[in-house]
Amino acid sequence: MREATASAATLDEIDRKLINALQGDFPLVPEPYRQVAETLGLSETELLRRLDSLLERRVLTRFGPMFQIERAGGAFVLAAMRVPEADFERVVAQVNAFPEVAHNYRREHALNMWFVLATATPQGIAEAIAAIEAATGLPVFAFPKEREYFVEMKLRA
Amino acid sequence: MKREAKLDTELDATDRRLMVATQAGLPRVPRPYDALGDRLGMAPEEVLRRLQRMLDCGVIRRIGAVPNHYAIGYTANGMSVWDVDDSRVDALGAQVGALEFVTHCYRRPRRLPDWPYNLFAMVHSQNRDEVAARVAQIAALLGDACRTHDVLYSSAILKKTGLRIAG
Repeated sequence: MREATASAATLDEIDRKLINALQGDFPLVPEPYRQVAETLGLSETELLRRLDSLLERRVLTRFGPMFQIERAGGAFVLAAMRVPEADFERVVAQVNAFPEVAHNYRREHALNMWFVLATATPQGIAEAIAAIEAATGLPVFAFPKEREYFVEMKLRA
Repeated sequence: MKREAKLDTELDATDRRLMVATQAGLPRVPRPYDALGDRLGMAPEEVLRRLQRMLDCGVIRRIGAVPNHYAIGYTANGMSVWDVDDSRVDALGAQVGALEFVTHCYRRPRRLPDWPYNLFAMVHSQNRDEVAARVAQIAALLGDACRTHDVLYSSAILKKTGLRIAG
């Protein structure tokens, strides 16, 4: 699936404020939307309407808890392949067919396909890599993280 | 992975049900935790208590919105990769990760001879010139601890479904 290409121009000032505010910590209180709406000078109804619209237009890809899969017993790993240009479409289809492949990006480098594998158990990673190598006939380079310095996908709208 | 990663992160079956029920998103109704509780046969206080515990132990990184970075104007995405002296990479990695424009920063194994890089820092920006300027800032920070680096721009998103566990 490709990301929607909603343009930044369709966002008004209030949408931007809302996107920025909702990237922070959403409160764990009985009426969290009302609490956030108050800090932005909006009504709860207006905030929910805008949030629905941002999700519908795919300006936001999701809204909710972000789980760290490893701390729930799962595993993920960054992996890359060197795919011959002539085979690219075939290999994209083969790799994307694996449910373990969560994201896949084409990048401008000899290693031109970069994807993240997510599995319910750490052993699942090696199995998925072996299966992808068998399906595509190409080696997979795994880049497991050895140390995490920072992860915070927050971008100002 | 941080050292405390293994501590007190046991999830019971109820936590897992809550995880599966919320991984696609939080209900967009005035009392979302009540709605979850109704769906799962749990008191709203229990929903809040369990979500708070999972946040505290890091199973949940945060609760909030994930923007489509293209839609909010960040159309250039460069994965900068660096070959940094092993004895200095941890101290410098923390500094690179602290830069406001770096969204992910990890140490990963080299794959010699093809891949000499051990530090990865993702930079999102409005355009490639701006990414390049930010990469130059990282280069200045790393100084002589870095032997060589590269930036891999993404030219297409081939798949993006997010991380899911099976219900």
